[in-house]
Amino acid sequence: MHLAYPAVLAVLLFCVGLYGVLARRNTILVLMSVELMLNAVNLNLVAFDVWLRDALHSGQALTLFTIALAAAEIGIGLAIVLAVYRNRGSSDIDRLRDTAETDAAEALPDDEDAADGTADQATAPAGKAKKAEATA
Amino acid sequence: MTTTTLAVLVPLLPFLGAAAGLLFGRTVPGLVRPLAVLPTLLAAVIAAVVAARQGGGRAVDAATQLTPTGSVPIDLALHLDGFAVLVAVLVGLVATCVQVYSTAYLKDDARYPSYAALVSLFTSAMLLVVYSGDLMVLLVGWEIMGICSYFLVGHYWETPEARAASLKAFLVTKLGDVPFLIGLFALAADTGTFRITGILAAVGNGGLDHPTLIALLLLAGVAGKSAQFPLHTWLPDAMAGPTPVSALIHAATMVAAGIYFVARLLPVFAASGAALVVLAVMAAVTMIGSGLAALAQDDIKRVLAYSTIGQLGYMSGALAVGDRGAAVFHLLSHGAFKAVLFLAAGVVIHAAGTNSLAAMSRMSGLATRIPDAYWTMTVALLALAAIPPFAGFFSKEAVLVAAEHTALGDRTVAPAAAGWTVLVAGLAAALLTAAYATRLWLLTFRGRGAEVPDHGKQPAAMTSVLWVLAVPTIAFGLTAGALTDWFDGHSLTPTLTTAVLSTGIGLVGGLVTYGAWRHTATLAGRPPVGAVAAHPDAEPALVEAEAMTSHTAAYGTIAGAPDPSDPGRLLLGRLHRHAVTGFHLDALCTALFVRPVRAAALLVRFLDREVVDTYVRGSGTLARGLGAAVRRAQTGNVQTYLGAMLAGTLVLAIAAVVFANVNAGA
Amino acid sequence: MIPAAAGHPGFLSPTGVEIAFVLVGLATLGAALVTVTTKQLVHAALWLVVALGGLAVEYLLLTAEFIAWVQVLIYVGSIVVLLLFGLMLTRAPIGRSPDADSDNRWIAAGVAGASAAVLVWVVADAFRTTWIDLDGPAQGSTQATGAFLFRHWVLPFEALSVLLLAALVGAIVLSRKDRGTLPGKDRGAAPRTVGGAAPGDDRAATPAEDGEAAPDAVPEAGSRTDREGTS
Repeated sequence: MHLAYPAVLAVLLFCVGLYGVLARRNTILVLMSVELMLNAVNLNLVAFDVWLRDALHSGQALTLFTIALAAAEIGIGLAIVLAVYRNRGSSDIDRLRDTAETDAAEALPDDEDAADGTADQATAPAGKAKKAEATA
Repeated sequence: MTTTTLAVLVPLLPFLGAAAGLLFGRTVPGLVRPLAVLPTLLAAVIAAVVAARQGGGRAVDAATQLTPTGSVPIDLALHLDGFAVLVAVLVGLVATCVQVYSTAYLKDDARYPSYAALVSLFTSAMLLVVYSGDLMVLLVGWEIMGICSYFLVGHYWETPEARAASLKAFLVTKLGDVPFLIGLFALAADTGTFRITGILAAVGNGGLDHPTLIALLLLAGVAGKSAQFPLHTWLPDAMAGPTPVSALIHAATMVAAGIYFVARLLPVFAASGAALVVLAVMAAVTMIGSGLAALAQDDIKRVLAYSTIGQLGYMSGALAVGDRGAAVFHLLSHGAFKAVLFLAAGVVIHAAGTNSLAAMSRMSGLATRIPDAYWTMTVALLALAAIPPFAGFFSKEAVLVAAEHTALGDRTVAPAAAGWTVLVAGLAAALLTAAYATRLWLLTFRGRGAEVPDHGKQPAAMTSVLWVLAVPTIAFGLTAGALTDWFDGHSLTPTLTTAVLSTGIGLVGGLVTYGAWRHTATLAGRPPVGAVAAHPDAEPALVEAEAMTSHTAAYGTIAGAPDPSDPGRLLLGRLHRHAVTGFHLDALCTALFVRPVRAAALLVRFLDREVVDTYVRGSGTLARGLGAAVRRAQTGNVQTYLGAMLAGTLVLAIAAVVFANVNAGA
Repeated sequence: MIPAAAGHPGFLSPTGVEIAFVLVGLATLGAALVTVTTKQLVHAALWLVVALGGLAVEYLLLTAEFIAWVQVLIYVGSIVVLLLFGLMLTRAPIGRSPDADSDNRWIAAGVAGASAAVLVWVVADAFRTTWIDLDGPAQGSTQATGAFLFRHWVLPFEALSVLLLAALVGAIVLSRKDRGTLPGKDRGAAPRTVGGAAPGDDRAATPAEDGEAAPDAVPEAGSRTDREGTS
């Protein structure tokens, strides 16, 4: 079989996953896209392992490890997402902007409350009404 | 002790006195007066001893090199000739008198300790200038005098006049000192030494390459220090200082430093005929202009200040015709009688409670109230007007004789043109001198009107020194024959022609002024406007300061007063208005220098604020703008960050691949 | 391998395996594209199942059969289920949500498209004359896998179990409620009262922990069975 087929498929899958990571708003969908990227890598590993007929089968072994790591990653990732959702009432990734540079961020620590109020909408309660303004 | 050791002590003692006075002045008030008077007195005595030992014979030279100073060595050198020792005696005598006088004059002044220390320091600096045989060491004393003058003129710094005057005195003299310093360097560069003896020897061998340039540069410093036209304007304003300071600094010693310097280095100046002509013209303009201005002044001290400028003009004139003996002779006698005049004027101001001649001419009985000042001032004014047999007559005669000899070609040191200039101007100035001396005397002591209020007897410390100084004023001229040996050996005795001529002119000037006064005194109907001290019973210094302040308040200016009974007004006619302001020289300076400088300052301020600062602010704004722009990128959106990062990575990867291909292709 | 490449046919005469691979690959790619573009969040998870399943088929076609089954078991069986749980627990809307994509989707599309172009170009350029020899014994059979895994890779394999344990503990710590927080710290209290999400959170904690346990168990179980199979 031509090696270009699995290699190109892996590239395309990776880029689709990349698009998902960059474009999706829901954190869980981002995690899904990450899985797609990991799988693209796995496909590459397997294809090259088969092509090279490696005596140690490093590619397949690494694939297995990657799958296990993906499982661990998804577990931790979901736990984080849930914790964030519990705290912020939203798991939209573009509303989690605590690191944003704002005018209020330059204020003194004393008026932290004011800074929080303007700095980020993610502290606001969850709800679709709020999502619209979050796109701004 | 050797003469050299004694001579070193002369400037050193007042210096130590000044240092001790500054150190202990506040902590031990009882020591201030002894520390002020005793070192100066001792220095005067030692200076007299040194003079006696030197005896007008060969110059005593001593030098020690403290440290190597490069290609042109600077030595701590003494050069004691007849000029130096005699001027030192004068400085010591006047300084002692002034210190004694000041103990009473500034009796209750809070700043007396620093004042006395500065006067001592000043005396020390002047003595250093007098004795020094090295021009750099001389310059040290020269500059210390400048700064002391600044502090002492500004003694009444509460008054705006004193502040302005001290700044003006400092800046104007410094204006002359800059070319002076360059001239010293040029002189040293030509002759290879700063030692006076070395320079004179080099000049004698014709070793001076640029005599005119050096002489003119040095003359600028001399004009500044000795208040010659056009740098004389600081001296009248410096009368805002206390009277003893005026007596010491601006009559007897500091202004004499310039004349003395030229006298010491006369061969350098004599090497350039052009410089001598310039000096002669400067002296002539100074003499006549100051005489006219003195006739118009209302402040008694300003009259004396202009008279000082005029007498310094005589000395410059003597130097311009190459007779330094006559110049220093006049310097000595003028130092004595001008000190008397100033110190007596201080007594007068205290007794009258005003410094305005217009106000004094409306008071009667001032002469009987202060007989000491009356008699000594009369004598000193006679000396000033060059009436025989007082000191001023002989010294001024010496100047005129030297000018006459040069003009007629008997002396060939200086060009005949310089001689004629000095002779004519000197005779004209003699007329003016007699006129303003007479006017001063008449207005001060022959006033008509209310009796002068009694402020008690003047302190003995103030009146006694007047008599001490009156002795040389009366008798010094008689030593003219003996002085010849001390100086260069030219005859200093008067000749018949000039004596008759100048005395006659002086008498004419006095009589004309008397006539004018008789004519105008009847106009003095109205009482004068204010211009009297608020606290006439206070210490003299306070009275003087208040009098000066009230003078400006009453008449609008310290210089003149709208007094129709002033004989000077009648004599000068239309010229009076200009003479009051010193012929608008200050206004001219303002127009020529101050305004352009201010305009330039405005321009610079504009450039700084609007142009330079624009860039500065612009850089700040730019940085802020950049920061704001970059900050907009910090959205906090992780996806944006990641996208940008990956895009960057992609660009790098493409670049790497493309370059790899290009390289592989090449 | 490379010496054998000359003997292989070109693109114009694909073998049956290649045809199957390309077809399944297109399906997989299409499913993946739908996964990242659909507006319905739950559908995205389901399309992900299709994509991952397609990949499993590709593994099979590449003769890596054990990996294919692991792929099906872990990805399709547990990870997607876990993701669905996550969607539910974060109250993801059922049906179309118009704002499923964020604003920078065009940037993302640009970056992804450019990356795809560059990578496809590079990969196709590099491997256009490379063929995989699929003949002979299957390289990824369960027996072969067990042999290399427990002969050569046993130490990393055991280390992996430590990592999974750490992930397990981490997930539990992250998802348990902050009972130990100081009352003065109002960071957690404010949104709980505001959002009204507090009752849901209590319930959310437990299933999440359960959910975490599942993926850990699966590879363990898988490897266990694998070990039994090989020994």
